[in-house]
Amino acid sequence: MLNWFPENVSTFGGEVDGIFWLIFYITTVWFFITEGLIVYFAFRYRRKPGEKAAYVLGNTTAELAWILVPLAIVVVLDLWIDIRGAAVWANIKGERPAADITVRAMGKQFNWEFTYPGPDGKFGTEDDLKIDNDLHVPVGKVVHVVLTSKDVIHSFFLPHARLKQDVVPGREIPAWFQISKPGEYEIPCAELCGFGHSGMNGKLYALSTEDYEKWVKEKWPPEK
Amino acid sequence: MNANTATMTDSGIPPGKTGTWWFLASEIPVFGGLIASYIVVRLGSAGWGEASSHLNFTLALINTFLLLTSSMTVVMAHAASQENNYRSVANFLGLTVLLGLGFLGVKAVEYTTEIAHGFTPAAGIFWSFYYGMTGLHGLHVLAGIIVNIVLWIGALKGSLARHGHRVELAGLYWHFVDIVWLFLFPLLYLA
Amino acid sequence: MSEELGYWRSRVFSTDHKVIAKQYLSLGLFWALMGGATAYLIRWQIAHPDTEAPGWGFIAPDFYNMLVTMHGTIMVFFVAMPILLAAFGNFLIPLMIGAKDMAFPRLNMLSFWVFFLASVVLMASFFVPGGAAAAGWTGYPPLSAKMEYTGVGWGMNLWLLALALEFASFLLGGVNFLTTAMNMRAPGLTWFRLPVIVWMQLTAAVIFMLSVGPLIAGAVMLLMDRLIGTTFFLPEGGGEPLLWQHLFWFFGHPEVYVILLPGLGIVVDVISVFSRKPVFAYRPIIYSTIVAGFMSFIVWAHHQFISGIDPRLAMPFSITTIIISVPFAFVIFSIIATLWRASITFSAAMLFALGSLGVFIFGGLTGIFNGSAPVDIYIHDTYFVVAHFHYTLFSVVFFGSFAGLYFWFPKMFGRMMNEALGKIHFWLTFIFFNAVFIPMHLVGLRGMMRRIANPMQYEFLKPLEPLNMFITLSAILLLVSQVVFVINFFMSLARGKAAERNPWQANTLEWTTDSPPPHGNFAAVPSVYRGPYEYSSPESAEDWLPQDRPLTASRTAVR
Repeated sequence: MLNWFPENVSTFGGEVDGIFWLIFYITTVWFFITEGLIVYFAFRYRRKPGEKAAYVLGNTTAELAWILVPLAIVVVLDLWIDIRGAAVWANIKGERPAADITVRAMGKQFNWEFTYPGPDGKFGTEDDLKIDNDLHVPVGKVVHVVLTSKDVIHSFFLPHARLKQDVVPGREIPAWFQISKPGEYEIPCAELCGFGHSGMNGKLYALSTEDYEKWVKEKWPPEK
Repeated sequence: MNANTATMTDSGIPPGKTGTWWFLASEIPVFGGLIASYIVVRLGSAGWGEASSHLNFTLALINTFLLLTSSMTVVMAHAASQENNYRSVANFLGLTVLLGLGFLGVKAVEYTTEIAHGFTPAAGIFWSFYYGMTGLHGLHVLAGIIVNIVLWIGALKGSLARHGHRVELAGLYWHFVDIVWLFLFPLLYLA
Repeated sequence: MSEELGYWRSRVFSTDHKVIAKQYLSLGLFWALMGGATAYLIRWQIAHPDTEAPGWGFIAPDFYNMLVTMHGTIMVFFVAMPILLAAFGNFLIPLMIGAKDMAFPRLNMLSFWVFFLASVVLMASFFVPGGAAAAGWTGYPPLSAKMEYTGVGWGMNLWLLALALEFASFLLGGVNFLTTAMNMRAPGLTWFRLPVIVWMQLTAAVIFMLSVGPLIAGAVMLLMDRLIGTTFFLPEGGGEPLLWQHLFWFFGHPEVYVILLPGLGIVVDVISVFSRKPVFAYRPIIYSTIVAGFMSFIVWAHHQFISGIDPRLAMPFSITTIIISVPFAFVIFSIIATLWRASITFSAAMLFALGSLGVFIFGGLTGIFNGSAPVDIYIHDTYFVVAHFHYTLFSVVFFGSFAGLYFWFPKMFGRMMNEALGKIHFWLTFIFFNAVFIPMHLVGLRGMMRRIANPMQYEFLKPLEPLNMFITLSAILLLVSQVVFVINFFMSLARGKAAERNPWQANTLEWTTDSPPPHGNFAAVPSVYRGPYEYSSPESAEDWLPQDRPLTASRTAVR
């Protein structure tokens, strides 16, 4: 049997999954209460000869309490979900932790173009390096991605990191993540972007610190 | 409310008027959405005032005057219809139509001079909104003119007398179109 | 009277609300076939990418995008709206309020023909060079704003034109619904004696009329971007792509309730009749409906949590979104409470109504996941969302409409439908629907994106292949199951048992006249003495008490 989610490999992914499971347990209980009542009532109160239905209007406070009390519980649970969720949201999409490395990612029909600032740490200089579809990052470091689009709206999706962010032309949208496990993960586009949308897919290489150093040396040989 | 009265339960407002009001209620969000978009996008970027300065303020002021006057003439047409004076209704409706056509004529002059100066719909975001907003409004003016022409012919032929309330309904619509302009004018020409 | 009018005036260019309702129904059912066909091709391509779909052939990626775009457009605007709102609304509102016809019968006819024109335009868009619109049913620019991004030329323009015509049609229809209900109710029929479905139709009409305006403006703007070079949504000309999303969803979310409410209204009415019991908490249901209607205007940005809007906006919209579940929970709980101590007959209509309720609850609960901004980061634009909204929409659009059709078919066509076939239809639909969409949640949780033509292009989606094949197989069976309905529909139309006036012993006014009702509906204007749900009332020896039956013993009306 499949797991419900792809393996989580980011520092905040567990929090997203946590909120998912919180909602899952709450809604599962409600599911069985409501559907169970429907099935039970349908069976228990099926038409029997000689029996008349009760004439209940549901307009007295005592009767309405049967609805209003569960409703109050719904409100409380709703707010609980929202308050728990707000913290996770703020962590992922709000204030970002300081960057260890910053990469620019531009969506274009139908590729991701990643730009590394190079050893000087600045974009727009000679040592910038552009690579289509392959994103190399070190594990355990905070990576900032500055998202832009050349043409239409794309969506930067890292399923294993539980990160998704639309990429809108005319805007620079910041995102961040921190990978906790080395490996190769995919970066599909999640927003319909044209006939090549299906198959627009990048690859995230999460490398150990040593492997990352090695990759950097390969790309920016020190003698230069 | 007790039963057994033979008449239908109603709101006391004639159906035509109820329907017209609901129609206008659904028209407000059309221009509301457009105007809100204009304001939000304008607040988010610069250079709009400069673009706006290329518009012909004098012509727009004349147009405002034409529309306001036409609102007065439809009110007078309505008043005449209540006195069953359809000769006068025809005159005031005809005047309204002329004023409306005048508005569109001035608008056409504005468009052509602007386009001649290179300010086409593709000239930038201000011009997108300018042509979008005034164009959609212009279409509404045109629709109002057509409605008023139909009523005007009816008034001349005498067939309008049976449907006198239609003058009022057309007037409600005309006022709405007029009010929209009173929002567009300062937003586009003054701000 | 219809004999005097001749064929064209009585059947085609008719001003009779019942004929117009049937015209909407026929056209809606026709589009449902098209919607089903697109669904089949979409599912085939996902399960067996780049193989020939039986009965069609290969599905290229650009054609696949047209399929997903048109499937959404057709199902929402050309199936749900004409059937739930236009067909049921047109048929039921005048009959249920005891009126002869709509307030503006000729306007009503015009509405239908404008909708017909919209249908023709949408259909034509398949056949123009470049093909039909392929930017998703949400039509997000810049993809939708420039031909070079999709290769679609006039197809997209015609798509916008079809939507504009459709909106105009339903605006005129809404004017008619509201004016009719305000001015033409039978004597004694006060606002709080109206059936719930009438209330829900009216609320839906108001929501539609007040929310669609900005999208009409948006459609004009997008069309201008495409045709005369404006740059409303194009950043290279100072425009703002996200503006479209706001205009679209400011309408788009209320639109969900425009569809939902009439369906829910059918469910409430049918459940009350076959439970032989008054609707629990009638007035609070109506208040909840209105509250939910107004709240639907302040939730739209939950479709845009990760669209690039200011992240600080997410939590306010997340809160309004989750709070909007409260009025709906009230309505749902009340429907369940209606079943308590009832006397339930499981007719085909009742099965579909209960099915609709059960399925809708599932969809409502999965909505909580989507409404939570952090969870949405992951599940947005995945099949979890697709599964969720099919649970909410299929429940009302199909289960709800089927409940309504099995219930009102005798009144519409004067013949009974076959109950046994109806029940088989229900169980097949119910089983295969769940077989399609429960696994689809899992596919979504594994991260599969919407609108991708070939999941096998992604390593992390490859393990989902068997599940996708199972879903596709179930979807085909779900579609094939509808044949039972088609057979039942046409057989009953031709040879069904003749229907009496009131085969279900229901209380509302439409059941007091002939089946089908004559032109003008009622022989004499009915007088109304009570609310619509006086089932099993102690005042009556039977378990029903029609709205128009005077009680000699006690003149005081209940409620």
